[in-house]
Parts: sequence; structure tokens; C-alpha cells
Amino acid sequence: MRAAAAAAPIIARRPLGRGGLALGIGAMLLVAALMAAVAAGSVGVGIGETAAILGRRLLGLPIPRTWPLSAETIIVELRLPRVLTAMLVGGGLAMAGTVFQALLRNPMADPYIIGTAAGASLGAITGLLAPILLPALAIGAGTVWLGLGAVQVLAFAGGLGTVLLVYSIARQGGQVPVVTLLLTGYAVSSILAAGVALLMFLSGRALGAIFGWLMGSLAGATWPGLAFSAPILAVSFGLLLLRWRRLNVLLLGDTAAAHLGIDVEREKLTLTVLATLGTSAAVAISGTIGFVGLVVPHVLRLAVGPDHRLLLPASVLYGAALLTLADLGARLAGGIPVGIVTALIGAPFFLWLLRRSRAVRPVITA
Amino acid sequence: MTVAVAVEPLACTRGVAFGYPLPGGRRREVLTSVDLSLPRGSLLAIVGTNGSGKTTLLRLLAGVLTPDAGEVEFGGQPLAEWRRVDLARRVAVLPQQLDLPVGFRVAELVEMGRAPHARSLFGSTDADEQAVARALSDADALDLADRFADELSGGERQRVLVAMALAQEPELLLMDEPTLHLDLAHQVALLSAIRRLQAQRGLTVVAVLHDLNLAAAFAPRIVVLHHGAVAADGPPQEVLTPQLVQEVFGVAVLEARTGTGNRHLAVDFDG
Repeated sequence: MRAAAAAAPIIARRPLGRGGLALGIGAMLLVAALMAAVAAGSVGVGIGETAAILGRRLLGLPIPRTWPLSAETIIVELRLPRVLTAMLVGGGLAMAGTVFQALLRNPMADPYIIGTAAGASLGAITGLLAPILLPALAIGAGTVWLGLGAVQVLAFAGGLGTVLLVYSIARQGGQVPVVTLLLTGYAVSSILAAGVALLMFLSGRALGAIFGWLMGSLAGATWPGLAFSAPILAVSFGLLLLRWRRLNVLLLGDTAAAHLGIDVEREKLTLTVLATLGTSAAVAISGTIGFVGLVVPHVLRLAVGPDHRLLLPASVLYGAALLTLADLGARLAGGIPVGIVTALIGAPFFLWLLRRSRAVRPVITA
Repeated sequence: MTVAVAVEPLACTRGVAFGYPLPGGRRREVLTSVDLSLPRGSLLAIVGTNGSGKTTLLRLLAGVLTPDAGEVEFGGQPLAEWRRVDLARRVAVLPQQLDLPVGFRVAELVEMGRAPHARSLFGSTDADEQAVARALSDADALDLADRFADELSGGERQRVLVAMALAQEPELLLMDEPTLHLDLAHQVALLSAIRRLQAQRGLTVVAVLHDLNLAAAFAPRIVVLHHGAVAADGPPQEVLTPQLVQEVFGVAVLEARTGTGNRHLAVDFDG
């Protein structure tokens, strides 16, 4: 302490190093997953042709067409929206999971934890059933709003609305204690889940469609769906990435974060709304796909550390690649719901990771 | 203008009262009326019994609690008019306890102390790097820089918390039991470093301390909190008398003199 004051050595600026490598690998993995998922399917298109079609249609490169028009149609109209949806949804869920785990300082947190899943499910199922239970509505049910069906719009509104309701119930004296927020989310979710169960009981023939939506599937992906959700997710990604430092500081606890200049209650609300916007936009076009938002952040925390400067972009890249590959697997397995694939492959991998390393600390604070 | 600024204290409280809300709309009054002035560059220790409101007073000074009555001012302005981030650039707090997040290295944690000063969107500036290095060295934590926070002993953790607060480069440092968990050598090292920062850089320091003799040796000014108000405020030799200790703490202490003539208070269990 005595000598040190005279000449304080500069701590070497931490290079991105290992983290930068992880981001680079993630980006390459994502591109590879995109190519593979677009090329593979019942009608095989060569990887070179796939790349040329994508270059022509996505990047606008002046590549002369040497492939049959049918191949271009299959790729652009059928596979590409599905693959891009998988990427967006996977990235969005993983990032929202990262944010909620930090915000709630809870390793069990996932993007759905404070009511998004229950609210979006009730909205989507209402949209699915309304024309069946109330035939009078059937005339309006086919109405497409901005290219979207009632299911997507109601799912998005249900998810976002539920979280805002939970948040306002949990607020007491201008503050929203984390534990109160979690418990309120649980209680409100339970009420909505009862509504979901009741609608399923009354649903009759539509039960299959409801079940498919709850499992999560990318089979219904369309360009209009993407056009609705992609901008919302892009805003959520962008604004959350910029908040990495605040998320790090919030890990120290509310009081310490306030001492470090964070307007804690306002920041928690901002983060909750941004992460919920992304989650709801993802759920609207894919249903409640589980697991990605819970496990990707944990795996990445082990790989690149807890610093959100790296963790947030990494969760977007790896979440996107994981869901793209899982959906490819689901398609190749005969069209089973993608949620089954993520759980069947992801969970054992996560268990292996937990067992393998003694250094694994899936807790957020000591 | 210059004269006015020089005379004006860095921070002060006027008639500050605070109570914590209880179920049923009642409040548990902790502070009834506290007047305290902190001149720039001064060093002050707060002592008092458990529950006398020492920590509450620090939190009021830090602006994380708002007084029920009275006013807290910093830099000549009521705290309520300060933006959080502006205040955090000038006031740092060493809390009594803090859960350190898992997986961060000490240098990264100390860098979080730079958060209120953050200029760079995705990285740190040279000024940040230098402040982190200086804070680590001032807090005697340079050797801990590459360690993980969850592998530290209690005393090492405490030094890291000090470094985090110093990285904020505050004008006012509020410390809640800074010597907690520290052995005698590190207690002396920490308090000497704080005194050096006060002397060399004009840091204003408020420290809540439990050890009366340590407080007397450390600070030229002692404030005794009792029943929600300031019971005594002055140099340790005038304030920390056996009578006051009997009155405030209800403990009979013996008085001895050190070689330099300073008073030393001792408890005699056999007496």
C-alpha cells in the first residue's frame, strides 16, 4: 500500500480475446446453420446454388441465374422465412433470458418467467378458438391485419400486456422488489394458465392446433410474420446491447447500483419492457418454444464469463444458431415440434456440462 | 463567489428525520433531527449503538433514502435536485455488505466503479484504466486484480469493495464499517490509506466505526449518534469520555493514557 501509491501500474486493457473468438465462432456457426437449413429439405438444393440464390435475393448481388426457378421459389418463399424466423426467435429468446436472469438475479429465470408465456398463450388460443366457439366471429376471423392473423396479434398483445399488468401489481411505494415481481408473475401466470386449460377443455377439434402452438413450432413462418416481428426484435436487440454496463452493475444489487448512478427502478422497468417486447414478438410468430432462453445464457456464461458486454451479443448469435439447427433437425425428423428437439438435445448437453466442470457455478451471485 | 464556495460545506443535513415504514401505516423512527455539516476535505467518524441510525444517516447522505423531514444538501444543492449519475460521480459508498456477482475478476468488478463516468459505449477509456489501477493500489488490492470475486476471503473482499468505491474517484466517501472482517494490519493499512487520500487529494470522508479507540485514533472529529440525534460532535479527546460511553452505550469503561497523552478506553471484565 505504501510503495504502490507512487507509481500505479496500468492494468492491461482487457482485450476481447477469448470473448472475441467466441463471437467470431458464433457468427460463423450462424452462417453455416443458415446455409445448411436453407439447402436441406425434401427438395435438395446444392450448397453453392443456395449461396448464390441467397446472395442474389438477400444481398442483391448481380449473380446470373443458373438454377431452376422452382429451386429459387422453394428457398425464398418456403425455407428462407422459416430459417430467418428461427434465427430471430432463437436470438430473441436467448437474449431475453440473459437479461431476465441478470435482472431477477435468478438462475431459473427464462424469458417467460413473469407472465409472457401465459399471457401470449391465452391470447393465441383465444385467437385460435374465437371463430370456432363464436361462429359469429368466423366472418371476421379471416381478417388479416398487416398480413398477420388474430393469433399472432393476440399472442403479442397478451404477452406484453400480462407483463405490464404483473409489473404494476408488483409495484409498491414506487419500488418493484425482485421477489415480489417473481411471485406476482407466478400468481398471474397461474390464473391465465387456468384460462388456457379451460379453453383447451372446451376446444374440441382445435385441441391439436392449440397443443402445437404451446409446444412451439416454426412451421407457420411467413414473410408477413417476419415483417411484424423483426423490427420489434431489432429494436429490442439494439437497445439491450447498449445496456450491458447497467446490467453488469445491477448484478451488484439495487442499492449498490443506485450508489453507482443507476436510476434503479426506471432501469428495471426499461429492461423488463425491452426484453418482453422481444420475447412477445418472438412468441407471436413461433409459439412458446422452451429451453433456448433458459439454457443458452447459462452455457455462454460458462464459456465467455458473466460480462454482459460479451454475453448479450453471444446469446443472440448462439441462440439464433441453436434454434436454426434444432428446427432443421425437427424438419428432418418429419416435422415434429422444434421444442421437442431443443429439449431432447439441449438438456442432456447442459447436464453433461454441469457434471463435467467443477467450476460450473450456475448461480448469479455468491 | 470563490469565497462563498470555499466556506460552504461539501454536504450537510438540516433537521433530518427518517423512519422506516411498518405494516399498518406506522413508522419506526430512526432519526429525529440530525444537523451535520461536512466541510470539504474533512474526516469524520460516526459512532453509536446498534440501531442508532448510523447506516441510515449514510444512506440519507448518499441520496438512496429521502428524509421524512429536513434537508440534505450536497455541493450547495438539495440532494433531490441531483441526477443519480451526477451524484455518483462525486459520492461513493462503501456498504456494510455487498453480494459480489460470480465469475467476474476483481479488476472487472473495480471497473464497475467507473460506471457513472462511462464515456465509451463498448469499452473503457485510458482515464478509466488509470482510475482502476490507482484504486486497486490505494485499497491494497493490486495483488487481487486477477482473482475471482467468489474465491476471496472476507478481508480480501473488503479491500475489493474499497477499491470499487475509490474507482468512482469521489469527492465524498461514505464508509459503513470499513474495517469489518479486516485483521489489525489491514485495518491500519486501510485507514492510513484513507487518511492519505484525504490529506493528498482533499477527499471528504465519513466512516461509521464501532471500535471507539480506532475511531479516536483515525478521525480528528467524532460524531456520536444517540436516540436519533447527534449526542456529541467534536474532537475525540473531548467527545469520547467514560461518562459519554456510560451514557450512550451503558457500559462502564476505564480510561488510560497512551504515551502521547491520548485517552484510551478499556473494558475491564473482572472489575
